[in-house]
Amino acid sequence: MPEKTMRDAINEALHQAMEQDDSVFVIGEDVAGCSGSAGDVGAVGGVFGVTEGIYHRWPDRCIDTPISESAIVGAAAGAALVGMRPVAEIMFADFIGVCMDQIVNQMAKFRYMFGGKSRCPAVIRFSSGGGFSAAGQHSQAMYQVMTSFPGLKVVVPSNAYDAKGLMLSAIQDDDPVLFFEPKILYQETAEVPDEIYTIPFGEANFVREGDDVTVVAFGQMVPKAAAVIDALGEEGISCDLIDPRTTSPLDENAILESVEATGRLVIVDEAPPRCGLTADIAGLAADKAFSSLKAPIKQVSAPHSPTPFSPELEAAYLPDAEKITAAIKATLA
Amino acid sequence: MSIPKETLLHAYRTMKTIREFEERVNAEIMNGQIPGFTHLYTGQEANAVGVCAHLDESDTIISTHRGHGHCIAKGAEVSGMMKELFGSSEGLCKGKGGSMHVADIDKGILGANGIVAGGPPISVGSALAAKIRKNGKVAVSFSGDGSVNQGTCFEAMNMAVVLQAPAVFVIENNYYSEHTSINYAVGCDDLKARTEAFGFPVFVADGADFFAVHEAAGKAIAHARAGNGPAGVFAEQGRYHGHFVGDPQAYRAEGELEDLRENHCPLKNFRARMAETGELSEAELDAIDAEVMAEIEQSVTDAKAAARPTAEQVTEDVYIQYTATA
Ligand SMILES: Cc1ncc(C[n+]2csc(CCOP(=O)(O)OP(=O)(O)O)c2C)c(N)n1
Ligand SMILES: [Mg+2]
Repeated sequence: MPEKTMRDAINEALHQAMEQDDSVFVIGEDVAGCSGSAGDVGAVGGVFGVTEGIYHRWPDRCIDTPISESAIVGAAAGAALVGMRPVAEIMFADFIGVCMDQIVNQMAKFRYMFGGKSRCPAVIRFSSGGGFSAAGQHSQAMYQVMTSFPGLKVVVPSNAYDAKGLMLSAIQDDDPVLFFEPKILYQETAEVPDEIYTIPFGEANFVREGDDVTVVAFGQMVPKAAAVIDALGEEGISCDLIDPRTTSPLDENAILESVEATGRLVIVDEAPPRCGLTADIAGLAADKAFSSLKAPIKQVSAPHSPTPFSPELEAAYLPDAEKITAAIKATLA
Repeated sequence: MSIPKETLLHAYRTMKTIREFEERVNAEIMNGQIPGFTHLYTGQEANAVGVCAHLDESDTIISTHRGHGHCIAKGAEVSGMMKELFGSSEGLCKGKGGSMHVADIDKGILGANGIVAGGPPISVGSALAAKIRKNGKVAVSFSGDGSVNQGTCFEAMNMAVVLQAPAVFVIENNYYSEHTSINYAVGCDDLKARTEAFGFPVFVADGADFFAVHEAAGKAIAHARAGNGPAGVFAEQGRYHGHFVGDPQAYRAEGELEDLRENHCPLKNFRARMAETGELSEAELDAIDAEVMAEIEQSVTDAKAAARPTAEQVTEDVYIQYTATA
């Protein structure tokens, strides 16, 4: 099977969805690139290159916009409401701050408020997360916040294979989907089939299987946790590593069944801890698997602070192998 | 309308400082010394300097992602900025913010800003404070040709008119927002007219000409200071670098960059004007060049030697006071 980067895998999914369905279009800042210039229109394909080549094949369905995030999301929501399948790009997840109303008060709630009589099959893509020394306004995960809003589906791929299948599912889905691409993983490769395939929402992936501890991780924390678990294997500690892949819907059963078997739970996410996914899943286990627990649940997250700029500070800020290892060992102490 | 010699000397020194700061930052990024996302102001020096020449420390500016020039022009200390870009805990923002968040509140610099059009609404707040306090201060926000298409920018402009706040909106047209041309992203043909339609005067200047910007900004700032409500400055001048370091710049026309550097250089224009009027001698300007080069060199030496932040500092400065029982 061919190796592809996560960037290329998502790009391929977009091309295949565009081929299959005329109602799919992409819209956002520089998704084509160089619009209105004397240069090479279409040469950019998004600042991370995820929409590369789409303009050259479908110039009418690859739409550059002004810097207007509210209008981008609103336009995607509106087009979806009348039957299109837009895939909008918001360059950085942090810019949700600019278009929150269109996502949360509009798109998320149409169907419910309209008594189940509407559909809004829009996908909004975001680059997300830390690791670039990009500081407080270009580093946030944000998916944990958006997971709290009923009406939105929230996807966080951790590898190229999943990213392609999840993107194709997202575009086919009739509900609004927020698709968070951990930008630190864009260049990471995996085996990715050329064919079209989908990965269902709400179905977790067991990245590692083991008996001693259940580890749940999201996005860029999945490969970090996998490396830790492989190292601990040498010490005779074996762990389940669960990647939920979608935070809404969440595969609660996979997590609960694993916790019932291991009796120990560590949850790892890059976002700050308050009202986040680590607390959410700790709450789930405390509520529904309490009697299976043999040790306190451990949460590994960023601290309650914005993301710092300096590389040393950011390294201390993000969960790393040391912190994940310590948490796993603490559940076994 | 002659400009005092001291002002001329300061203006040239500041433009040259911005130029050399940016060129050195570019080199240090290539060397891998400066992390993160950095946007260079090279070429646009006259805008920042022409505007800030009319401000004192208690007037405020708020900047953009392309903020180094605005901050230097408003008096930010070069060595503190360089340390910040290097991520040192001795930097202006203790290494917490980096290039996109350089700020010095004591000098009226309310920050560079990583959110396009995050600044103008905040600037209206500073202007409103000046109006309430009747202290004759003004609040300047810088926006790019792309930034002006953001709803927050429209809201700020309209509200400044409604509140008759002394807000000055400086629009810097460098022809592109990232890779997109203004010809595409601004829907109307006349951005000046669109801005004036909000209900305030906009003064236009060639952004390669310090004297033109100085004059236009002088009118706008005087208008706002006198209690006539907001005003605008619209200055056109291309940037010499890509949007970010490594940008392939596929949007440029052939020869565009060469033409910009050759025929639209605020420093060259300034020197040509001085040669014509004789207000400053070549020797005086050369002496400034040498001093600036030495200052920038020193700032890099200092930044490389400066203290690095430690892990405990991650959670400092999130709040002024924050207590919870652990
Ligand atoms: C809300 C928001 N959207 C998008 C971006 C990404 N971005 C950073 S700079 C930029 C272009 C800004 O163009 P302009 O206002 O003309 O300023 P210039 O870069 O030309 O100085 C974009 C799209 C951002 N930082 N914030
Ligand atoms: Mg611009």
